[in-house]
Amino acid sequence: MLVQIDFSILKETRWYQVAVRFCSGGLVTAATGLIAQKYGPGVGGLFLAFPAILPASATLIEKHERERKEQAGLSGTVRARQAVGLDAAGAAMGSVGLFVFAWVICKFVPTHQPYLVIAVATLCWMIVSLLIWHMRKRIL
Amino acid sequence: MTEILIRFIIGGVSVSFFSLLGDIFKPKSFAGLFGAAPSVALATLALTISKEGTHYAAIEAKSMMLAAVAFLIYASCVSWTMMRHKHSALFVASAFLGVWAAAAFGLWYIILK
Repeated sequence: MLVQIDFSILKETRWYQVAVRFCSGGLVTAATGLIAQKYGPGVGGLFLAFPAILPASATLIEKHERERKEQAGLSGTVRARQAVGLDAAGAAMGSVGLFVFAWVICKFVPTHQPYLVIAVATLCWMIVSLLIWHMRKRIL
Repeated sequence: MTEILIRFIIGGVSVSFFSLLGDIFKPKSFAGLFGAAPSVALATLALTISKEGTHYAAIEAKSMMLAAVAFLIYASCVSWTMMRHKHSALFVASAFLGVWAAAAFGLWYIILK
């Protein structure tokens, strides 16, 4: 299946779902700073790879997929679970990119222009994640 | 207090942005890549570097590498469970956060402490 962009999902998204994501992201980021202040950068750094997006996204995907199938007169429970499973599988592949992002920051930020390193690390995350997704698609 | 508020707002915007990207892309396995976006790291690294310096940020990034391995374990567990069992997404994704924490802190304790 080719990669597609579907904006129609945005119409189904409720304001409180956006608020939940905003607040969970904000809370994790604020907590990361506080934890690093109290327990040091070693412990605080762990929360830079906290799964902040996945729980809220999984709930949203499950709801949308179930509603879509039910509108068509079908039970969408199984389809909804499979969609969440696939989304999480994608996140597992993306976590390799996340590892590479952290490695680039760790290796180059002390000796190079920091904001350039962050930009390059983000690019590396994207490229590695896409490569792994593409490889997995070709193999399976 | 101001710094916490700034972190909250930047983190909220960053996570919301990557979540939005995850919503609009198809297929779901591709959209899921954005579930592992460095949203929290991007929100916090610039602030950390400007306040604490690059060496501090490098130490955080070293720990982040281990937490990314924990993320891989977490996301794999969620995917496997959702495909095979009849629990709700919220329950599964929340329950396995304990696995992420155990793996992240366990690896940090063994490798970096």
